Amino acid sequence: MEIAFTLNGLAVKVDVKPADILTDVLRQKLGVLSVKKGCETGDCGACAVLVDGELVNSCVTLAPTVAGKSITTVEGLIVNGEMDIIQRRLAEYHGTQCGFCTPGMVMAIKALLNGNPHPDEAEIRRAIAGNLCRCTGYQKIVEAVQSITA
Amino acid sequence: MGKVIGQRLPLYDSYRHTTGQTRFTDDIYLPGMLFVKTAKIPVPHARILNIDTTGAERVAGVAAVITHKDVPNNYWGAFVQDQPVLPDKYVRFLGQPVVAVAAVDEDTALEAAEKVKIDYEELTPVFDPEEAMQPGAPEVHEGGNIAKFGGYDAMMVRLGDVEKGFAESDYVIEHKFHTAMNEHAFLEPHCSVAEADANGHITIYTASQTTSWHQFLICGVLAAPINTVRIVSGPTGGGFGGKSNPSTEFVVALLAKKTGKPVKWRWTREEEFLISTVRSADTFWMKTGFKKDGTLVARQIRYIQDTGAYNDFGTYGMMKLTSQINGPYRIPNVWFDGYVVYTNKQVTGPMRGYSITQSVSANETQMEIIAEMTGLDPIEVRRKNLVQDGDILPTQQVLEAVGVRETLDAVIKASNWYSK
Ligand code: FES
Ligand code: FES
Repeated sequence: MEIAFTLNGLAVKVDVKPADILTDVLRQKLGVLSVKKGCETGDCGACAVLVDGELVNSCVTLAPTVAGKSITTVEGLIVNGEMDIIQRRLAEYHGTQCGFCTPGMVMAIKALLNGNPHPDEAEIRRAIAGNLCRCTGYQKIVEAVQSITA
Repeated sequence: MGKVIGQRLPLYDSYRHTTGQTRFTDDIYLPGMLFVKTAKIPVPHARILNIDTTGAERVAGVAAVITHKDVPNNYWGAFVQDQPVLPDKYVRFLGQPVVAVAAVDEDTALEAAEKVKIDYEELTPVFDPEEAMQPGAPEVHEGGNIAKFGGYDAMMVRLGDVEKGFAESDYVIEHKFHTAMNEHAFLEPHCSVAEADANGHITIYTASQTTSWHQFLICGVLAAPINTVRIVSGPTGGGFGGKSNPSTEFVVALLAKKTGKPVKWRWTREEEFLISTVRSADTFWMKTGFKKDGTLVARQIRYIQDTGAYNDFGTYGMMKLTSQINGPYRIPNVWFDGYVVYTNKQVTGPMRGYSITQSVSANETQMEIIAEMTGLDPIEVRRKNLVQDGDILPTQQVLEAVGVRETLDAVIKASNWYSK
Protein backbone atom coordinates (compact mmCIF):
# COMPACT_ATOMS: atom_id res chain seq x y z
CA MET A 1 0.00 0.00 0.00
CA GLU A 2 1.15 3.53 -0.67
CA ILE A 3 1.06 6.06 2.14
CA ALA A 4 1.72 9.79 2.04
CA PHE A 5 2.95 11.93 4.90
CA THR A 6 5.14 14.93 5.63
CA LEU A 7 8.77 14.22 6.57
CA ASN A 8 10.75 17.15 7.91
CA GLY A 9 8.53 19.56 6.01
CA LEU A 10 8.60 17.70 2.69
CA ALA A 11 5.74 15.66 1.23
CA VAL A 12 6.73 11.99 0.77
CA LYS A 13 5.01 8.93 -0.66
CA VAL A 14 6.21 5.44 0.13
CA ASP A 15 5.11 1.89 -0.53
CA VAL A 16 4.72 -0.12 2.68
CA LYS A 17 3.36 -3.43 3.89
CA PRO A 18 0.73 -3.33 6.64
CA ALA A 19 3.14 -4.72 9.26
CA ASP A 20 6.15 -2.53 8.33
CA ILE A 21 7.73 -0.77 11.28
CA LEU A 22 8.14 3.00 11.02
CA THR A 23 11.84 2.81 12.03
CA ASP A 24 12.62 0.52 9.08
CA VAL A 25 10.65 2.62 6.61
CA LEU A 26 12.41 5.80 7.72
CA ARG A 27 15.87 4.21 7.70
CA GLN A 28 15.77 1.90 4.73
CA LYS A 29 13.23 3.46 2.38
CA LEU A 30 13.67 7.14 3.15
CA GLY A 31 17.34 7.18 4.23
CA VAL A 32 16.72 8.85 7.60
CA LEU A 33 19.60 7.11 9.40
CA SER A 34 19.50 9.30 12.51
CA VAL A 35 16.64 7.13 13.76
CA LYS A 36 18.49 4.43 15.73
CA LYS A 37 17.64 0.91 16.82
CA GLY A 38 18.62 0.38 20.44
CA CYS A 39 16.04 -2.20 21.49
CA GLU A 40 13.15 -2.39 19.02
CA THR A 41 10.80 -2.99 21.94
CA GLY A 42 9.87 0.57 22.87
CA ASP A 43 12.18 0.73 25.88
CA CYS A 44 15.15 2.97 25.02
CA GLY A 45 13.98 5.95 22.98
CA ALA A 46 16.85 5.78 20.45
CA CYS A 47 14.27 5.62 17.64
CA ALA A 48 12.11 8.51 18.93
CA VAL A 49 10.62 10.95 16.41
CA LEU A 50 7.88 13.55 16.53
CA VAL A 51 4.56 12.60 14.95
CA ASP A 52 2.36 15.71 14.71
CA GLY A 53 4.51 17.22 17.44
CA GLU A 54 4.16 14.28 19.81
CA LEU A 55 7.12 12.11 20.89
CA VAL A 56 6.74 8.57 19.55
CA ASN A 57 9.03 5.52 19.60
CA SER A 58 9.10 4.63 15.91
CA CYS A 59 10.13 1.00 16.59
CA VAL A 60 6.71 0.26 18.06
CA THR A 61 4.78 2.25 15.45
CA LEU A 62 3.31 0.62 12.36
CA ALA A 63 4.19 2.66 9.30
CA PRO A 64 0.63 2.87 7.87
CA THR A 65 -0.54 4.69 11.02
CA VAL A 66 1.44 7.82 10.10
CA ALA A 67 -0.40 8.36 6.80
CA GLY A 68 -1.41 12.01 6.50
CA LYS A 69 0.68 13.02 9.52
CA SER A 70 3.80 15.09 9.93
CA ILE A 71 7.06 13.48 11.10
CA THR A 72 10.07 15.37 12.40
CA THR A 73 13.55 13.93 13.04
CA VAL A 74 16.81 15.68 14.01
CA GLU A 75 17.52 16.36 10.33
CA GLY A 76 14.36 18.48 10.24
CA LEU A 77 15.49 20.73 13.08
CA ILE A 78 18.15 22.34 10.89
CA VAL A 79 16.56 25.40 9.27
CA ASN A 80 18.45 27.30 6.57
CA GLY A 81 21.64 25.56 7.64
CA GLU A 82 21.17 26.66 11.28
CA MET A 83 21.07 24.06 14.01
CA ASP A 84 18.32 24.13 16.61
CA ILE A 85 19.55 25.52 19.92
CA ILE A 86 19.00 22.04 21.47
CA GLN A 87 21.49 20.58 18.98
CA ARG A 88 24.06 23.25 19.80
CA ARG A 89 23.69 23.15 23.57
CA LEU A 90 23.79 19.35 23.88
CA ALA A 91 27.12 19.43 22.05
CA GLU A 92 28.50 22.41 24.02
CA TYR A 93 27.47 21.05 27.43
CA HIS A 94 28.78 17.51 26.77
CA GLY A 95 25.25 16.13 26.71
CA THR A 96 26.43 13.67 24.08
CA GLN A 97 29.29 11.18 24.18
CA CYS A 98 28.96 8.15 21.90
CA GLY A 99 26.00 9.82 20.21
CA PHE A 100 23.82 6.76 19.76
CA CYS A 101 21.03 7.98 22.05
CA THR A 102 21.43 11.59 20.94
CA PRO A 103 18.97 11.97 18.04
CA GLY A 104 16.17 10.48 20.17
CA MET A 105 17.24 12.61 23.11
CA VAL A 106 17.12 15.79 20.99
CA MET A 107 13.59 14.94 19.89
CA ALA A 108 12.44 14.26 23.46
CA ILE A 109 13.76 17.68 24.52
CA LYS A 110 12.12 19.29 21.46
CA ALA A 111 8.76 17.75 22.43
CA LEU A 112 9.20 19.06 25.98
CA LEU A 113 10.13 22.62 25.01
CA ASN A 114 7.36 22.84 22.40
CA GLY A 115 4.75 22.36 25.12
CA ASN A 116 6.61 23.90 28.07
CA PRO A 117 9.31 26.51 27.30
CA HIS A 118 10.37 26.89 30.96
CA PRO A 119 10.43 23.42 32.54
CA ASP A 120 11.95 22.92 35.99
CA GLU A 121 14.56 20.23 36.61
CA ALA A 122 12.00 17.59 37.57
CA GLU A 123 10.04 18.27 34.40
CA ILE A 124 13.20 17.98 32.29
CA ARG A 125 14.12 14.66 33.90
CA ARG A 126 10.59 13.34 33.45
CA ALA A 127 10.58 14.36 29.78
CA ILE A 128 13.73 12.34 29.02
CA ALA A 129 12.81 9.40 31.26
CA GLY A 130 11.99 7.27 28.22
CA ASN A 131 15.37 7.93 26.59
CA LEU A 132 18.17 5.78 27.91
CA CYS A 133 21.72 7.13 27.78
CA ARG A 134 24.49 4.81 28.91
CA CYS A 135 27.33 7.33 28.58
CA THR A 136 26.53 10.72 30.08
CA GLY A 137 24.76 9.94 33.34
CA TYR A 138 22.08 12.48 32.22
CA GLN A 139 23.43 15.37 34.32
CA LYS A 140 25.07 17.13 31.36
CA ILE A 141 21.92 16.67 29.31
CA VAL A 142 19.86 18.33 32.04
CA GLU A 143 22.39 21.19 32.28
CA ALA A 144 22.26 21.68 28.51
CA VAL A 145 18.46 22.02 28.64
CA GLN A 146 18.66 24.36 31.63
CA SER A 147 21.08 26.58 29.71
CA ILE A 148 18.31 27.07 27.13
CA THR A 149 15.39 27.56 29.48
CA ALA A 150 16.96 29.53 32.33
CA MET B 1 44.43 29.17 31.56
CA GLY B 2 45.58 28.33 28.08
CA LYS B 3 43.74 28.08 24.82
CA VAL B 4 42.67 24.53 25.52
CA ILE B 5 43.41 23.57 29.14
CA GLY B 6 40.63 24.68 31.44
CA GLN B 7 38.33 25.58 28.56
CA ARG B 8 34.98 23.95 27.84
CA LEU B 9 35.43 22.56 24.33
CA PRO B 10 32.76 20.54 22.54
CA LEU B 11 33.89 17.06 21.49
CA TYR B 12 34.99 17.24 17.86
CA ASP B 13 32.20 14.93 16.70
CA SER B 14 29.40 16.12 18.96
CA TYR B 15 27.61 18.35 16.42
CA ARG B 16 27.48 15.40 14.04
CA HIS B 17 25.82 13.40 16.83
CA THR B 18 23.21 16.06 17.60
CA THR B 19 22.36 16.62 13.94
CA GLY B 20 22.11 12.91 13.14
CA GLN B 21 25.07 12.75 10.74
CA THR B 22 27.20 10.23 12.67
CA ARG B 23 27.16 6.94 10.77
CA PHE B 24 27.34 3.84 12.95
CA THR B 25 27.97 0.36 11.54
CA ASP B 26 24.26 -0.45 11.31
CA ASP B 27 23.86 2.65 9.13
CA ILE B 28 25.90 0.96 6.39
CA TYR B 29 23.70 -0.46 3.63
CA LEU B 30 25.57 -1.88 0.65
CA PRO B 31 24.04 -3.06 -2.66
CA GLY B 32 23.03 -6.72 -2.50
CA MET B 33 23.70 -6.89 1.24
CA LEU B 34 22.69 -10.05 3.10
CA PHE B 35 21.54 -10.26 6.73
CA VAL B 36 22.39 -12.87 9.35
CA LYS B 37 20.34 -14.79 11.90
CA THR B 38 21.45 -17.85 13.82
CA ALA B 39 20.06 -21.17 14.99
CA LYS B 40 20.36 -22.06 18.68
CA ILE B 41 19.12 -24.68 21.10
CA PRO B 42 17.00 -23.91 24.18
CA VAL B 43 19.38 -25.34 26.84
CA PRO B 44 22.66 -24.07 28.34
CA HIS B 45 24.67 -27.30 28.16
CA ALA B 46 24.42 -30.04 25.55
CA ARG B 47 26.34 -32.44 23.37
CA ILE B 48 25.61 -31.79 19.68
CA LEU B 49 24.62 -35.04 17.93
CA ASN B 50 23.65 -33.86 14.48
CA ILE B 51 23.10 -30.64 12.56
CA ASP B 52 20.72 -30.68 9.57
CA THR B 53 20.63 -27.46 7.54
CA THR B 54 18.71 -28.70 4.50
CA GLY B 55 15.39 -27.14 5.58
CA ALA B 56 17.06 -23.75 5.94
CA GLU B 57 18.86 -24.00 2.62
CA ARG B 58 15.54 -24.53 0.82
CA VAL B 59 14.01 -21.24 2.00
CA ALA B 60 13.77 -18.77 -0.90
CA GLY B 61 16.10 -15.83 -0.36
CA VAL B 62 18.72 -17.75 1.60
CA ALA B 63 22.23 -17.28 0.19
CA ALA B 64 24.30 -19.42 2.56
CA VAL B 65 24.10 -21.51 5.70
CA ILE B 66 27.29 -22.19 7.65
CA THR B 67 28.27 -24.51 10.49
CA HIS B 68 31.56 -25.31 12.24
CA LYS B 69 32.58 -27.20 9.08
CA ASP B 70 32.87 -23.90 7.22
CA VAL B 71 35.33 -22.35 9.70
CA PRO B 72 39.00 -22.91 8.78
CA ASN B 73 40.25 -22.54 12.39
CA ASN B 74 37.15 -22.87 14.52
CA TYR B 75 38.73 -22.45 17.96
CA TRP B 76 39.90 -19.01 18.96
CA GLY B 77 40.77 -17.05 22.05
CA ALA B 78 43.00 -14.14 22.86
CA PHE B 79 44.92 -16.16 25.47
CA VAL B 80 43.48 -19.69 25.48
CA GLN B 81 42.01 -21.04 22.23
CA ASP B 82 38.99 -22.79 23.74
CA GLN B 83 36.06 -20.98 22.09
CA PRO B 84 34.47 -22.20 18.83
CA VAL B 85 33.15 -19.66 16.35
CA LEU B 86 30.32 -22.15 15.76
CA PRO B 87 30.30 -25.14 18.13
CA ASP B 88 30.98 -28.63 16.77
CA LYS B 89 30.70 -30.84 19.87
CA TYR B 90 29.18 -28.91 22.77
CA VAL B 91 26.91 -25.98 23.47
CA ARG B 92 28.10 -24.39 26.71
CA PHE B 93 25.77 -21.45 27.37
CA LEU B 94 22.19 -20.51 26.65
CA GLY B 95 21.71 -18.86 23.28
CA GLN B 96 25.11 -19.84 21.86
CA PRO B 97 24.77 -19.59 18.05
CA VAL B 98 25.31 -22.99 16.38
CA VAL B 99 24.44 -22.30 12.73
CA ALA B 100 24.49 -18.99 10.84
CA VAL B 101 22.20 -18.13 7.94
CA ALA B 102 22.62 -15.26 5.46
CA ALA B 103 19.54 -14.17 3.52
CA VAL B 104 18.15 -11.21 1.63
CA ASP B 105 16.56 -9.74 4.75
CA GLU B 106 16.37 -10.43 8.50
CA ASP B 107 12.88 -11.96 8.38
CA THR B 108 13.95 -14.50 5.75
CA ALA B 109 17.13 -15.31 7.67
CA LEU B 110 15.09 -15.84 10.84
CA GLU B 111 12.57 -18.07 9.07
CA ALA B 112 15.42 -20.18 7.69
CA ALA B 113 17.28 -20.34 11.01
CA GLU B 114 14.14 -21.76 12.60
CA LYS B 115 14.20 -24.58 10.03
CA VAL B 116 17.67 -25.77 11.07
CA LYS B 117 17.43 -29.08 12.96
CA ILE B 118 19.93 -29.55 15.76
CA ASP B 119 19.83 -32.91 17.56
CA TYR B 120 21.43 -32.78 20.96
CA GLU B 121 21.77 -34.59 24.24
CA GLU B 122 21.11 -32.31 27.17
CA LEU B 123 23.86 -32.27 29.81
CA THR B 124 23.71 -31.11 33.42
CA PRO B 125 24.81 -27.49 33.60
CA VAL B 126 26.79 -25.83 36.38
CA PHE B 127 26.25 -22.15 37.09
CA ASP B 128 27.98 -21.53 40.41
CA PRO B 129 31.81 -21.33 40.24
CA GLU B 130 32.27 -22.67 43.78
CA GLU B 131 30.18 -25.69 42.81
CA ALA B 132 32.04 -26.00 39.51
CA MET B 133 35.36 -26.33 41.42
CA GLN B 134 34.17 -29.35 43.41
CA PRO B 135 35.36 -32.80 42.35
CA GLY B 136 32.64 -34.56 40.35
CA ALA B 137 30.99 -31.30 39.19
CA PRO B 138 29.58 -31.32 35.64
CA GLU B 139 32.46 -30.56 33.29
CA VAL B 140 32.05 -27.41 31.21
CA HIS B 141 35.26 -28.37 29.41
CA GLU B 142 36.76 -31.84 29.26
CA GLY B 143 39.52 -32.03 31.82
CA GLY B 144 38.05 -29.78 34.49
CA ASN B 145 36.52 -26.41 35.20
CA ILE B 146 39.58 -24.62 36.57
CA ALA B 147 41.63 -22.69 33.99
CA LYS B 148 45.38 -23.17 34.29
CA PHE B 149 48.15 -20.70 34.94
CA GLY B 150 51.27 -22.36 33.55
CA GLY B 151 50.18 -25.76 34.86
CA TYR B 152 48.87 -24.43 38.19
CA ASP B 153 45.21 -24.12 39.20
CA ALA B 154 45.65 -20.67 40.69
CA MET B 155 47.41 -17.45 39.87
CA MET B 156 49.62 -17.18 42.97
CA VAL B 157 51.15 -14.01 44.33
CA ARG B 158 53.27 -13.86 47.48
CA LEU B 159 54.90 -10.89 49.17
CA GLY B 160 56.60 -11.00 52.58
CA ASP B 161 55.37 -13.45 55.23
CA VAL B 162 51.64 -13.31 55.68
CA GLU B 163 51.48 -15.58 58.79
CA LYS B 164 54.04 -13.45 60.57
CA GLY B 165 52.10 -10.36 59.49
CA PHE B 166 48.87 -11.65 61.03
CA ALA B 167 50.73 -12.54 64.23
CA GLU B 168 52.06 -8.98 64.47
CA SER B 169 48.60 -7.45 63.86
CA ASP B 170 46.38 -6.13 66.68
CA TYR B 171 43.24 -7.03 64.75
CA VAL B 172 42.46 -9.49 61.96
CA ILE B 173 39.20 -9.24 59.99
CA GLU B 174 37.89 -11.60 57.31
CA HIS B 175 34.92 -11.30 54.98
CA LYS B 176 33.48 -13.14 52.03
CA PHE B 177 32.46 -10.92 49.13
CA HIS B 178 30.31 -11.65 46.14
CA THR B 179 29.77 -9.32 43.20
CA ALA B 180 27.13 -9.60 40.47
CA MET B 181 27.48 -10.15 36.74
CA ASN B 182 27.03 -6.89 34.78
CA GLU B 183 25.99 -6.35 31.18
CA HIS B 184 27.70 -3.37 29.51
CA ALA B 185 24.35 -2.30 28.01
CA PHE B 186 25.76 0.17 25.51
CA LEU B 187 22.95 1.69 23.45
CA GLU B 188 24.37 0.49 20.11
CA PRO B 189 24.00 -3.29 19.80
CA HIS B 190 26.90 -5.24 18.28
CA CYS B 191 26.92 -5.01 14.50
CA SER B 192 29.40 -5.63 11.73
CA VAL B 193 29.43 -5.65 7.95
CA ALA B 194 31.89 -7.59 5.79
CA GLU B 195 32.54 -7.50 2.09
CA ALA B 196 34.95 -9.46 -0.06
CA ASP B 197 36.62 -7.93 -3.09
CA ALA B 198 37.43 -9.67 -6.36
CA ASN B 199 40.66 -11.08 -4.88
CA GLY B 200 38.83 -12.51 -1.90
CA HIS B 201 40.29 -9.87 0.41
CA ILE B 202 37.89 -8.95 3.19
CA THR B 203 36.95 -5.58 4.62
CA ILE B 204 35.08 -5.65 7.92
CA TYR B 205 33.28 -2.58 9.20
CA THR B 206 32.66 -2.78 12.92
CA ALA B 207 32.65 -0.79 16.17
CA SER B 208 35.80 -2.28 17.63
CA GLN B 209 37.57 -0.97 20.70
CA THR B 210 40.65 -2.96 19.68
CA THR B 211 41.07 -2.90 15.92
CA SER B 212 44.46 -4.64 15.56
CA TRP B 213 43.48 -7.23 18.12
CA HIS B 214 40.38 -8.04 16.06
CA GLN B 215 42.48 -8.23 12.92
CA PHE B 216 44.87 -10.91 14.11
CA LEU B 217 42.15 -12.99 15.78
CA ILE B 218 40.00 -12.86 12.64
CA CYS B 219 42.95 -13.71 10.39
CA GLY B 220 43.62 -16.71 12.63
CA VAL B 221 40.03 -17.99 12.32
CA LEU B 222 39.93 -17.38 8.55
CA ALA B 223 43.45 -18.82 8.07
CA ALA B 224 44.11 -15.69 6.02
CA PRO B 225 47.29 -13.61 5.77
CA ILE B 226 47.06 -10.36 7.69
CA ASN B 227 47.32 -8.20 4.55
CA THR B 228 44.09 -9.72 3.20
CA VAL B 229 41.84 -8.63 6.06
CA ARG B 230 41.10 -4.97 6.64
CA ILE B 231 39.21 -3.81 9.72
CA VAL B 232 37.51 -0.43 9.61
CA SER B 233 36.37 0.68 13.01
CA GLY B 234 33.59 3.23 12.87
CA PRO B 235 32.09 5.22 15.71
CA THR B 236 31.41 3.08 18.78
CA GLY B 237 27.94 3.57 20.24
CA GLY B 238 29.24 2.81 23.69
CA GLY B 239 31.79 0.09 24.46
CA PHE B 240 32.83 0.04 28.13
CA GLY B 241 35.05 -2.96 27.34
CA GLY B 242 32.27 -4.96 25.72
CA LYS B 243 33.47 -4.25 22.21
CA SER B 244 37.04 -5.43 22.90
CA ASN B 245 36.43 -9.00 21.77
CA PRO B 246 35.36 -10.09 18.29
CA SER B 247 31.66 -10.97 18.35
CA THR B 248 29.79 -10.77 15.05
CA GLU B 249 32.91 -10.32 12.88
CA PHE B 250 33.99 -13.94 12.30
CA VAL B 251 30.57 -14.96 10.98
CA VAL B 252 30.09 -12.00 8.62
CA ALA B 253 33.62 -12.48 7.24
CA LEU B 254 33.01 -16.19 6.60
CA LEU B 255 29.64 -15.52 4.97
CA ALA B 256 30.97 -12.68 2.80
CA LYS B 257 33.75 -14.97 1.59
CA LYS B 258 31.32 -17.75 0.87
CA THR B 259 28.66 -15.67 -0.93
CA GLY B 260 30.77 -12.90 -2.48
CA LYS B 261 28.19 -10.43 -1.18
CA PRO B 262 28.27 -7.87 1.63
CA VAL B 263 26.91 -9.35 4.86
CA LYS B 264 25.59 -7.63 7.99
CA TRP B 265 24.97 -9.18 11.40
CA ARG B 266 23.28 -7.03 13.98
CA TRP B 267 22.44 -8.36 17.43
CA THR B 268 19.05 -7.72 18.97
CA ARG B 269 18.84 -6.37 22.50
CA GLU B 270 17.86 -9.86 23.63
CA GLU B 271 21.04 -11.25 22.06
CA GLU B 272 23.03 -8.52 23.80
CA PHE B 273 21.76 -9.75 27.16
CA LEU B 274 22.12 -13.45 26.34
CA ILE B 275 25.32 -13.84 24.33
CA SER B 276 27.46 -10.73 24.60
CA THR B 277 30.29 -10.72 27.13
CA VAL B 278 29.65 -9.47 30.67
CA ARG B 279 31.59 -8.38 33.72
CA SER B 280 32.44 -11.49 35.72
CA ALA B 281 30.62 -12.31 38.93
CA ASP B 282 33.39 -12.77 41.49
CA THR B 283 33.49 -14.52 44.85
CA PHE B 284 36.36 -13.90 47.22
CA TRP B 285 37.57 -14.05 50.78
CA MET B 286 39.65 -11.17 52.07
CA LYS B 287 41.49 -11.43 55.39
CA THR B 288 43.29 -8.32 56.60
CA GLY B 289 45.53 -7.72 59.63
CA PHE B 290 46.17 -4.21 60.98
CA LYS B 291 47.55 -2.31 63.96
CA LYS B 292 45.56 -0.30 66.51
CA ASP B 293 46.69 2.87 64.75
CA GLY B 294 45.17 1.64 61.45
CA THR B 295 48.42 0.57 59.75
CA LEU B 296 47.83 -2.36 57.38
CA VAL B 297 50.17 -5.31 58.02
CA ALA B 298 49.00 -8.40 56.15
CA ARG B 299 46.39 -9.59 53.68
CA GLN B 300 45.33 -13.01 52.45
CA ILE B 301 42.95 -13.41 49.52
CA ARG B 302 41.33 -16.37 47.86
CA TYR B 303 39.68 -15.14 44.69
CA ILE B 304 37.32 -16.93 42.31
CA GLN B 305 36.46 -15.36 39.00
CA ASP B 306 33.54 -16.85 37.08
CA THR B 307 34.74 -16.74 33.47
CA GLY B 308 31.59 -18.31 32.01
CA ALA B 309 31.73 -20.83 29.18
CA TYR B 310 35.10 -19.78 27.75
CA ASN B 311 38.32 -18.25 28.97
CA ASP B 312 38.49 -15.22 26.67
CA PHE B 313 40.07 -12.47 28.82
CA GLY B 314 39.73 -14.54 32.04
CA THR B 315 43.34 -15.40 32.82
CA TYR B 316 44.49 -12.01 31.52
CA GLY B 317 41.95 -10.22 33.74
CA MET B 318 43.21 -12.19 36.73
CA MET B 319 46.78 -11.06 36.02
CA LYS B 320 45.60 -7.46 35.81
CA LEU B 321 43.78 -7.82 39.11
CA THR B 322 46.78 -9.10 41.03
CA SER B 323 48.80 -5.93 40.52
CA GLN B 324 46.01 -3.82 41.98
CA ILE B 325 44.45 -6.11 44.53
CA ASN B 326 45.28 -3.79 47.43
CA GLY B 327 44.14 -0.63 45.68
CA PRO B 328 46.28 2.40 46.52
CA TYR B 329 47.33 0.97 49.90
CA ARG B 330 50.65 -0.39 51.10
CA ILE B 331 50.53 -3.89 52.61
CA PRO B 332 53.94 -5.51 53.20
CA ASN B 333 52.72 -9.12 53.54
CA VAL B 334 50.39 -10.53 50.89
CA TRP B 335 49.20 -14.02 49.97
CA PHE B 336 46.91 -14.24 46.93
CA ASP B 337 45.41 -17.26 45.12
CA GLY B 338 43.18 -16.44 42.15
CA TYR B 339 41.12 -19.02 40.30
CA VAL B 340 39.46 -18.61 36.91
CA VAL B 341 36.54 -21.03 36.74
CA TYR B 342 34.34 -22.17 33.85
CA THR B 343 30.54 -22.28 34.22
CA ASN B 344 27.67 -22.72 31.74
CA LYS B 345 27.06 -19.02 31.43
CA GLN B 346 27.83 -16.38 28.83
CA VAL B 347 31.49 -15.45 28.52
CA THR B 348 32.92 -12.76 30.75
CA GLY B 349 35.19 -10.12 29.33
CA PRO B 350 36.65 -6.72 29.99
CA MET B 351 34.40 -4.15 31.58
CA ARG B 352 35.86 -0.97 32.98
CA GLY B 353 38.82 -2.40 34.86
CA TYR B 354 38.38 -6.21 34.68
CA SER B 355 38.10 -7.66 38.20
CA ILE B 356 40.00 -4.73 39.66
CA THR B 357 36.69 -2.92 40.03
CA GLN B 358 35.13 -5.82 41.94
CA SER B 359 38.07 -5.97 44.35
CA VAL B 360 37.85 -2.22 45.02
CA SER B 361 34.41 -2.68 46.58
CA ALA B 362 35.89 -5.20 49.03
CA ASN B 363 39.03 -3.17 49.70
CA GLU B 364 37.14 0.02 50.49
CA THR B 365 34.50 -1.81 52.54
CA GLN B 366 37.26 -3.16 54.75
CA MET B 367 38.86 0.30 55.02
CA GLU B 368 35.54 1.60 56.40
CA ILE B 369 35.38 -1.28 58.90
CA ILE B 370 38.98 -0.63 59.97
CA ALA B 371 38.11 3.05 60.54
CA GLU B 372 35.17 2.02 62.72
CA MET B 373 37.22 -0.51 64.72
CA THR B 374 40.13 1.87 65.34
CA GLY B 375 37.94 4.94 65.85
CA LEU B 376 39.97 6.80 63.23
CA ASP B 377 38.59 9.15 60.60
CA PRO B 378 37.98 7.09 57.39
CA ILE B 379 40.18 9.47 55.40
CA GLU B 380 42.99 9.25 57.96
CA VAL B 381 43.05 5.44 57.79
CA ARG B 382 43.39 5.68 54.06
CA ARG B 383 45.96 8.46 54.09
CA LYS B 384 48.11 6.55 56.57
CA ASN B 385 48.32 3.54 54.24
CA LEU B 386 48.69 5.22 50.84
CA VAL B 387 51.45 3.92 48.58
CA GLN B 388 54.31 6.21 47.71
CA ASP B 389 57.32 6.25 45.42
CA GLY B 390 59.55 3.25 46.05
CA ASP B 391 56.83 0.98 47.50
CA ILE B 392 56.57 -2.56 46.11
CA LEU B 393 53.29 -4.00 44.82
CA PRO B 394 52.44 -7.66 45.58
CA THR B 395 53.52 -8.36 41.98
CA GLN B 396 57.02 -6.97 42.75
CA GLN B 397 56.54 -3.82 40.72
CA VAL B 398 58.38 -0.84 42.22
CA LEU B 399 56.20 2.25 42.14
CA GLU B 400 57.30 5.61 40.82
CA ALA B 401 55.58 8.95 40.17
CA VAL B 402 52.73 8.11 42.59
CA GLY B 403 50.16 10.92 42.79
CA VAL B 404 47.53 9.40 45.02
CA ARG B 405 48.25 11.57 48.09
CA GLU B 406 47.87 14.80 46.11
CA THR B 407 44.71 13.40 44.51
CA LEU B 408 43.18 12.53 47.87
CA ASP B 409 44.04 15.97 49.24
CA ALA B 410 42.39 17.62 46.25
CA VAL B 411 39.26 15.50 46.77
CA ILE B 412 39.14 16.42 50.47
CA LYS B 413 39.37 20.07 49.57
CA ALA B 414 36.86 19.99 46.71
CA SER B 415 34.33 18.00 48.72
CA ASN B 416 34.74 20.05 51.91
CA TRP B 417 35.14 16.74 53.75
CA TYR B 418 36.18 18.19 57.10
CA SER B 419 33.29 20.63 57.35
CA LYS B 420 30.67 17.93 56.75
S1 FES C 1 14.67 1.27 19.53
FE1 FES C 1 12.71 2.11 19.80
S2 FES C 1 12.57 2.42 21.91
FE2 FES C 1 14.49 1.41 21.68
S1 FES D 1 25.78 9.37 24.53
FE1 FES D 1 26.12 7.22 24.48
S2 FES D 1 24.20 6.46 25.05
FE2 FES D 1 23.94 8.56 25.29
